[in-house]
Amino acid sequence: MGIVETKNLVFEYIRRDEEGNVEGITRAVDQVDIDVKQGEFVAVLGHNGSGKSTLAKHINAILYPTEGTVWVDGKDTAKEENLWDVRQKAGMVFQNPDNQIIGQVVEEDVGFGPENLGVPTEEIWQRVEESLRAVGMYEFRRHSPNKLSGGQKQRVSIAGVIAMHPKCIVLDEPTAMLDPNGRREVIRAARALNDVEGITIILITHYMEEIIHANKVFVMDKGKVAMEGTPREIFSRVEELKELRLDVPQVTLLAHELKKSGLKLPDGILTFEELSAALGYGKKK
Amino acid sequence: MSIILDHVNHIYEAGTAMEYAALKDICLTIPEGQFIGLIGHTGSGKSTLVQHLNGLIAPTSGSVYYNGADIHDTDYNKKELRSRVGLVFQYPEHQLFEIDVFSDVCFGPKNLGLDKKEVELRAYAALKQVGLEDEYFYQSPFDLSGGQKRRVAIAGVLAMKPEVLILDEPTAGLDPKGRDEILDQIARLREETGMTVILVSHSMEDVAKYVDRIIVMNKGQVKFDGRPREVFRHYKELEEIGLAAPQVTYIMQTLKKNGLDVDTDITTIEEAKNAILKALARQRREPET
Repeated sequence: MGIVETKNLVFEYIRRDEEGNVEGITRAVDQVDIDVKQGEFVAVLGHNGSGKSTLAKHINAILYPTEGTVWVDGKDTAKEENLWDVRQKAGMVFQNPDNQIIGQVVEEDVGFGPENLGVPTEEIWQRVEESLRAVGMYEFRRHSPNKLSGGQKQRVSIAGVIAMHPKCIVLDEPTAMLDPNGRREVIRAARALNDVEGITIILITHYMEEIIHANKVFVMDKGKVAMEGTPREIFSRVEELKELRLDVPQVTLLAHELKKSGLKLPDGILTFEELSAALGYGKKK
Repeated sequence: MSIILDHVNHIYEAGTAMEYAALKDICLTIPEGQFIGLIGHTGSGKSTLVQHLNGLIAPTSGSVYYNGADIHDTDYNKKELRSRVGLVFQYPEHQLFEIDVFSDVCFGPKNLGLDKKEVELRAYAALKQVGLEDEYFYQSPFDLSGGQKRRVAIAGVLAMKPEVLILDEPTAGLDPKGRDEILDQIARLREETGMTVILVSHSMEDVAKYVDRIIVMNKGQVKFDGRPREVFRHYKELEEIGLAAPQVTYIMQTLKKNGLDVDTDITTIEEAKNAILKALARQRREPET
């Protein structure tokens, strides 16, 4: 069994009018089966309202399934006795950095999680140091979070999650509010955690360039998994993605356009060097 | 119909230990009808700059002129200025509050003191301009999708019939299609009405695709100001200040480095496609010796 697994997962919102009468039911997640292995880097794509954030919120038991089951590290998230374990194993980072930082000083903020887990003081300090180093924010440990840039704040949020020693981190559009530099910093930190520490990463994003290194991509539509595959497989299906209100990286799109103009190119080109080689310039892999 | 910033400085909390110069000696002319992209990393002064354009904050020194009049003269009508220079903040959907979409869009023109008929005509036209279907007009704005809410919020500003429309990251958090829809609509609107549009954005690809002029802010100063291809030619300097060129510019640099003789001043996919096809054809005609 993987680190995160769902079986026949269904989640329904009940819509009510002002008097509290039931107006209808919206099925936000509809029969989803996913299986994420320990150490994988998984990306989830999907248009606004496709159900990806609702799915993500099941992974650390912010929401419980209406039907079906979610297991995190083998534990059923719907069982109350598993709640602490599930939330410690699977951490979550949200879109707006200002909504998730509570400490007055960076290191205090990062220590909040392990403190609540009842970790001994000395070990808390150790974890704070390790976590801040892992995201490249150690030199800012004594700073006020208010004075940091968006990308730096997001990295502090990630450090706060790492300090709880999770096996898996879910990042829900962590770069949506950041400038190009902030985006690079956050994605680099996530990839390093995956490569070096072996932490499973589940990244939800609207930026297609951010996921070309993922092991696996799920594309959501109307609460279901509409496509599943490697980035290369997914990004080979340019027209289908466009129908799902998505996009491909610019390099993939350019290759697709050149192909339509009659050049012989493979599908699903992901990097600049690949395109260059396919055009006959530069080294083939 | 131009905006002129003349030696504008803005210092936050002047005279305290927290003193911070957000704008330093800014001189800019924004002529009528331009589509401008304003870029810069977080904290570079973009938001402070746009808040000067409709008089929300005043310069510490220097002047702002709208159509030749100093907007901080004591007898200048700032209320009218704000209806002419419309500002759409980041995540504008957080400012929706009325019971239905139509009433929300009516709020702005109603406060201009227009008669009811005119208010409703303007609200209707604005909602059509942003491409919202009639069926949503009497729904609560809170029941709409993220992209729809944002369009309602933009319509609220359009209903004031602004001559200048400033949008602060109008596409943050939207899916790729939603992003293209909003920007396409803004581009079309600008063509139809001739209004000036200033787009604050973190997406270099979007800026490159839509605008005629890019202003790059860094540390409270204008670092670059020019057409997209001129500005993105400085991609190395842009990287140093936390920005980047569009991905496609880097693709062209890679091809050039690997020996394909292409034009590298390229900022959109369409341009790149044509440049590559041209270079390949040329190289076929003149095989390397």
